[in-house]
Amino acid sequence: MSTAVDAAGIRRLTQQLLADRPPATTDRTDFLEARFDAGLAWVHYPVGLGGLDAPRSLQPVVDAELAAAGAPDNDPRRIGIGLGMAAPTILGYGTEEQKRRFLRPLWTGAEVWCQLFSEPGAGSDLAALGTRAVRDGDDWVVDGQKVWTSSAHLARWGILIARTDPDVPKHRGISYFICDMTDPGVEVRPLRQITGEAEFNEVFLTGVRIPDSRRLGPVGDGWKVAQTTLMNERVSIGGARIPREGGMIGTVAKTWREQPGLRTHDLHQRLLTLWVEAEVARLTGERLRQQLVAGQPGPEGSGMKLAFARLNQEISGLEVELLGDEGLLYSDWTMRRPELVDFTGRDAGYRYLRSKGNSIEGGTSEVLLNIVAERVLGLPVEPRNDKDVAWKDLAR
Amino acid sequence: MTVQTEAVQAPDLLYSEAEEDLRSAVRSLLADRADAPTVIAGIESDTPYDLRLWESLAAGIGAAGLLVPEKLGGQGATHREAAVVLEELGRSVAPAPYLTSAVVATEILLALGADGGPAAGLLAELASGRKVAVLALPFSTPPADAGAAMTGTLERTVSGVAEAAAADVLLVPTADGLYAVETAGDGVDVRALVPLDLTRPLATVTLAGATGTLLADAAPAAEAVSRGLLAGAGLLASEQLGLAEWCLTETVRHTRERHQFNRPVGSFQSLKHRMAQLWLEVVSARAAARNAADALAAGSPDAPLAVAVAQAYCSEVAVHAAEECVQLHGGIGMTWEHPAHLYLKRAKADSIAYGTAGRHREAVAALVELPAP
Repeated sequence: MSTAVDAAGIRRLTQQLLADRPPATTDRTDFLEARFDAGLAWVHYPVGLGGLDAPRSLQPVVDAELAAAGAPDNDPRRIGIGLGMAAPTILGYGTEEQKRRFLRPLWTGAEVWCQLFSEPGAGSDLAALGTRAVRDGDDWVVDGQKVWTSSAHLARWGILIARTDPDVPKHRGISYFICDMTDPGVEVRPLRQITGEAEFNEVFLTGVRIPDSRRLGPVGDGWKVAQTTLMNERVSIGGARIPREGGMIGTVAKTWREQPGLRTHDLHQRLLTLWVEAEVARLTGERLRQQLVAGQPGPEGSGMKLAFARLNQEISGLEVELLGDEGLLYSDWTMRRPELVDFTGRDAGYRYLRSKGNSIEGGTSEVLLNIVAERVLGLPVEPRNDKDVAWKDLAR
Repeated sequence: MTVQTEAVQAPDLLYSEAEEDLRSAVRSLLADRADAPTVIAGIESDTPYDLRLWESLAAGIGAAGLLVPEKLGGQGATHREAAVVLEELGRSVAPAPYLTSAVVATEILLALGADGGPAAGLLAELASGRKVAVLALPFSTPPADAGAAMTGTLERTVSGVAEAAAADVLLVPTADGLYAVETAGDGVDVRALVPLDLTRPLATVTLAGATGTLLADAAPAAEAVSRGLLAGAGLLASEQLGLAEWCLTETVRHTRERHQFNRPVGSFQSLKHRMAQLWLEVVSARAAARNAADALAAGSPDAPLAVAVAQAYCSEVAVHAAEECVQLHGGIGMTWEHPAHLYLKRAKADSIAYGTAGRHREAVAALVELPAP
């Protein structure tokens, strides 16, 4: 076990797992649990918590071996919030007991997680949130409303930030909890979007009781804990390598090539401009990836989301126009609750409407431009009047 | 797995340690000899070029011979290193015939003179910095027009030739092939024009009874000229990147210091967002320019597309950055004293050099099969 922290050792452990639990004859959950217990879930996590304390760069060794052997995976796209946001926060701030209780079923997908952060009155200004958590014996009693919660209707647990002290400035009176989504005070309602679907939910919290043992980090330190969650959200965006014409530009280029009758000079100029911009964005992402591999992470990551949001919107908008008569139609307005957000296989109208959210979700483009200006370029912050005022005295 | 095959083909978009060392050497030379007041004073004099600067850059640092193999008298480096030199030249907008002589003319001679002959002799002189040569075509000629340029005779007038005033030798395309013509010889007249960009002199070249050395016949010459213009267009993207980066840095510096309404103007969101947007464009231009330089260095079949993408993108970034630089500097940005105008003029001229962004988008259309209606 102790020699496992190199590629050869990790490969050996992976082969051992495959020998012990042949994927062809092993139940999916059994296999995933055995993989977790062998430390091959996320090798950079600690021993006993699904990892081997190994460098993160060795994870592809495990993944490649297992994929080659046809082993089941944990369907990471379905449990992205758990893997990308809840897990690093629990690892960073959880007690030993919390880590042991939550990480294993989180990773295997047995328990789905959701994120209870945004509120109707706290979007870009998340720290202004008004959901209250009041101490009552060993419990906290939570009342409030959360919004834009994907997977809430599927989730067993939610990571929740709530106000525990309204008498101090807004960033200081927040605490971070793990909320049981099966509590009778939790009500999940689908939130229908401009696409006709309900990818997200509203979550109403009424007298929800959360034991103090499910608090993450100290009372009043929730904002700091939430930064870990949000930082990991941004790291997970834009990590994968994209081939040329990957993404939406490929779809519109295909339509252009296959349907000469749709071509006009104006559309041609705009298509070429967008094709070049999409290719440059791809190269910029590739350069960022190379910097990360070389151990020289640059601030470029904060810009990639901005670039992709605009490109997705412009390319899908062009595509609707290119399609002409077909662009006047829409596939289906039926209210549905999709498990995944995926642009592939959807019609141009859906992509056009859904990509409008790309410049809002996970930080609006306007806020991201502020972040780039202040943290990357070092431009002065705007004068603010909310930093030293008790939350209860803020205008809302 | 597909991931591995892609890894083999992936371009190297970073800078090596040696490239960063080269950058430092060029940057400190330019800071020493070509600061903004010096450049501004120089452009209105009779001799915009600082010969000592060129000597230090070309021969001292060895930048003129970067593309040339050691056995042909050069440094045996690649387009990646030359691109770094151009980033620094773009950042300083110092007049120096680097792009025209050490890249375009040198690349043409490399295509022709690898096996000896007159091209090889001239190549060694360019590589050492002893001579400067420029291609006698309008500065606006895109790589796609190389074939069409092989026309006419040695009796001709060519307008808009960049840095002809600094050249010892002109490379003249004719229907018979490519000639090397000494500018000091009989029948050669190089007349300075009044250029939009004073940091890159233009001239009208008139050949009447001039003689030259035939370097190659028409077919190989067209191929060589095309290669030269492709390298020029590809590395021009790095000059544009350096220029845009200077504009952004200076604009950020100015708006942090400049106070109006009792606060730094750089604290206003309307200005911050414009600078953040420019930052994103500069970051993207860097990836595009590095990709073009790497593809040229590797002799990749992808080079024509990488160059067309880089030019289609970086031209507009440089112009945008320079225009924002003037606007966000306010009144001082409109003065002759502040260097912003040098960058605006260079950026605008660069957007025409070796083909406009629109011409390069047409090249993209042909290369990736997105035909016009």
